[in-house]
Amino acid sequence: MSYIANTPGQQAAMLQKIGKASIADLFESVPEPVRLDRLLKLPPSLSEVELTALAKKLAGQNRHPGELACFMGAGAYDHFIPAVVDSLASRGEFVTAYTPYQAEASQGSLQVFFEFQTLICQLTGMEVANASLYEAGSGVAEAVMMAMAATNRTGPVLVAGTVHPQYLETLRTYTANLEPEIRELPCPAGYLDPAHLNAAVNDSTPCVVVQHPNFDGSLEEIEELARISRAKGALFVQVFDPVSLGLLKGPGELGADIAVAEGQGLGSPMSFGGPYLGLMACREALVRKLPGRLVGQTVDRTGKRCWVLALQTREQHIRREKATSNICTNQGLYAIRASIHLAALGPAGLRETAQHCLDKSHHLLRLLMEKKVGALAFERPFFKEFRFRLADEMPGAALCVDQLVGNGFLAGVPHPANPRDLLIAVTESRTLEEIEGLANALAALKGSAGRGA
Amino acid sequence: MENNQSTGLLFEIAKPGRRCHTLPPSGVPSATLDACFTRQAPPPLPEVAELDLVRHFTNLSARNMAIDCNFYPLGSCTMKYNPKRHERLVGLPGLATLHPLQPDQTTQGMLAILYETQAMLAEIAGLHACSLQPAAGAQGELSALLVAAAYFRHRGENRTRVLVPDSAHGTNPASAAIAGFDSVTIKSGEDGLVDLADLESKLDERTAVFMITNPNTLGLFDHQILEITLKVHDKGGLVYLDGANMNAILGITRPGDFGADMMHYNVHKTFTGPHGAGGPGSGPIAVRDMLEPFLPSPVVTRDPDGTFRLKHDRPLSIGRVRSFFGNVGVLVRGWLYLRTLGPDGVRQVSEQAVLNANYLLALLKDHIEVPKGKGCMHEFVASAKALRREKRVSAMDIAKRLLDKGYHSPTVYFPLVVAEALMIEPTETESQETLDQFAATLISVLGEDPAVLHESPHELSISRPDEVAATKQPVLRWKSA
Repeated sequence: MSYIANTPGQQAAMLQKIGKASIADLFESVPEPVRLDRLLKLPPSLSEVELTALAKKLAGQNRHPGELACFMGAGAYDHFIPAVVDSLASRGEFVTAYTPYQAEASQGSLQVFFEFQTLICQLTGMEVANASLYEAGSGVAEAVMMAMAATNRTGPVLVAGTVHPQYLETLRTYTANLEPEIRELPCPAGYLDPAHLNAAVNDSTPCVVVQHPNFDGSLEEIEELARISRAKGALFVQVFDPVSLGLLKGPGELGADIAVAEGQGLGSPMSFGGPYLGLMACREALVRKLPGRLVGQTVDRTGKRCWVLALQTREQHIRREKATSNICTNQGLYAIRASIHLAALGPAGLRETAQHCLDKSHHLLRLLMEKKVGALAFERPFFKEFRFRLADEMPGAALCVDQLVGNGFLAGVPHPANPRDLLIAVTESRTLEEIEGLANALAALKGSAGRGA
Repeated sequence: MENNQSTGLLFEIAKPGRRCHTLPPSGVPSATLDACFTRQAPPPLPEVAELDLVRHFTNLSARNMAIDCNFYPLGSCTMKYNPKRHERLVGLPGLATLHPLQPDQTTQGMLAILYETQAMLAEIAGLHACSLQPAAGAQGELSALLVAAAYFRHRGENRTRVLVPDSAHGTNPASAAIAGFDSVTIKSGEDGLVDLADLESKLDERTAVFMITNPNTLGLFDHQILEITLKVHDKGGLVYLDGANMNAILGITRPGDFGADMMHYNVHKTFTGPHGAGGPGSGPIAVRDMLEPFLPSPVVTRDPDGTFRLKHDRPLSIGRVRSFFGNVGVLVRGWLYLRTLGPDGVRQVSEQAVLNANYLLALLKDHIEVPKGKGCMHEFVASAKALRREKRVSAMDIAKRLLDKGYHSPTVYFPLVVAEALMIEPTETESQETLDQFAATLISVLGEDPAVLHESPHELSISRPDEVAATKQPVLRWKSA
């Protein structure tokens, strides 16, 4: 089965028109010595019936948040996705379209991307947003390269130690062979101390990267950090959580120059890590350094309002080796999903969602403390996720997570920096019953496995 | 039928007080944050009712051309049919809802799929190992070049240059620059293939990587390939294959067998992604054995007892190029596709893709110049140079007129080595009837009054947009009046 429409009779007629005796003759330019003289070693072809059975069997070997109550976060969250998102975004006219290079044949996608850019500006309070990047980790790397190009500064890039470790690792990979050093600023108290940043930042710093809420879920002294950075002319890059902006001040109001986020919480299924979408927004003055696709409004020859890809001269297909980013695709379909999701929530729905996250995560912490399961690793305000240090009589975090799968919970993410710490996220999807259930199940592990990592 | 109900922006159809999605009461006590962190009012997002939302996006979708509706002969993009079964199966809760950081023992089914995908992609490449992490082809290129840099650093060799043919995709030189290399352009010869003399003159011990697209962007398989890869290897360099055109050679020849040391795939092209209005893509890379230790982490491994694991502890790895595992939803579609095709089906894809392209070329070649079309593979590049000279009709005019006729246009003005280029890739899933109709339409367009072509498209929801204004004074967001 290979979805071929042409019948053997048609194939013969086509070969005749071409003037070739056989299909093999079409491959004459492939030198004999490199031709594969056998079939590829691949599993045999399956009909749709067999394929469906196999996919269901393998899917059934996974334990998943469809059946387990998911308290895992660390950058991917079990936020509820309204049916309108799946229904509208699965339309073939969106799914099977290409990049909207031919504007007249792509007004649907282009208008949605223009709306997406506007929605991200409204959400963040920033002046310009692009039509999405791959995800947050490479988004942070792109933001740093953008800041380097915009400032022409070559001193160390300063990154708070509380930024998601995978984002930091991605940034290090991207910049491994480029000029600036990536300097991680230690955060022994679970947040970046403004005094520490003040001592580290100087006139050669291209940018400062801070995540708020940070990897631990805690809030940073974000306004102060932004002020300190900008006073030294360093661009302030804030990594944010779009759902948190139902309650928290946005990066625009806080003084960010570039705002980057994982957009997964806006209508993307968790899907084992992707596809998601990176959000990126900046100040107007930086727009010509902004990577990724941008859609702009213009008029057609009759003066009718319409949309096109704008500022393409920044991009790799025009600038080639002089481009500051090699990005070619955006996450089109996931930007469409995010647009539908944000429109379905609206301001009231976003606020409600954020309030649920805040209330429910704090309620779980309260229950865990009452049951003496442990305490916050750092006494910091948090939004929907917290870093919980397990009491001495509890098993280690990884063991707790493994144990509770059997009770119907994905209890959290073992913290990469400390085997006693569990990162617990509570979204609006979690019910009171699930929250109480997790607290009880964790409490029941006290003393069960001795103290182990 | 023009549906005027849909022309407004989301923000213009909104009305304060409307709701769509709502939540039940939380059932827990309310918590508060210090006022220094919180905003006065929620973000000023549009407020719409659910039906308005549904009509808005449904009507917008109707303003797109798409494979489901139109023939889409967009060269270099491999716009083949996107099977509906993939969309259904990838949505199974046991796949779609998995958290990326779940313990390995809870994701054995997913890891089995990804492990098999790694193995199948390595076999098709004729290479040793595979990383599924890169999010798109361009990120695959960057990842592989970072792997090359790490490999040479490990060997104590200081190689600073990446050689790129002038017919290559723009991502090649852009990726080379970000990976820290100097990019050097290699000329194409008269025949559209790599100019061996030019390559030789630029090859030396500074050369880290030669990037080649084969078949190239003219749709030609470079028959000098063994000579080329031998020359690069002689100087100690690595050969990179840009896999954008893999649809031409699946099961026919393997990059590893013709001397490539690394390559990327575009799962959204060759293995029918789908394209999703510009993404997501997925750009796995395959490499020869000596490069495997440097691949991004994690990779999927299998223990002797059959247990699958995400392996993170790989000391020579370049690290990660993105957060989490990769664009798994796209990779699973690729796996479903390869499991559907089997070894015969995979080979048929390329045989039929090349048959369709050569057939379309045979229908068109007496009507429009195809300067380097002889022996094309899965695509060919026509040139409107003569029309431009004689009738002042450009490749863009032809492209726009085809839109009127219900066909998506070919890729225009690429590759740069052909003047007034129209790059045509029919893919294997189109029927002879579709190709006949398209050819007849294109031929009739070539004979139309230039004035009609200059003013095209006439039948779409808009006429040609003013792209200059959009760049000179960019309007990148809606603002309330």
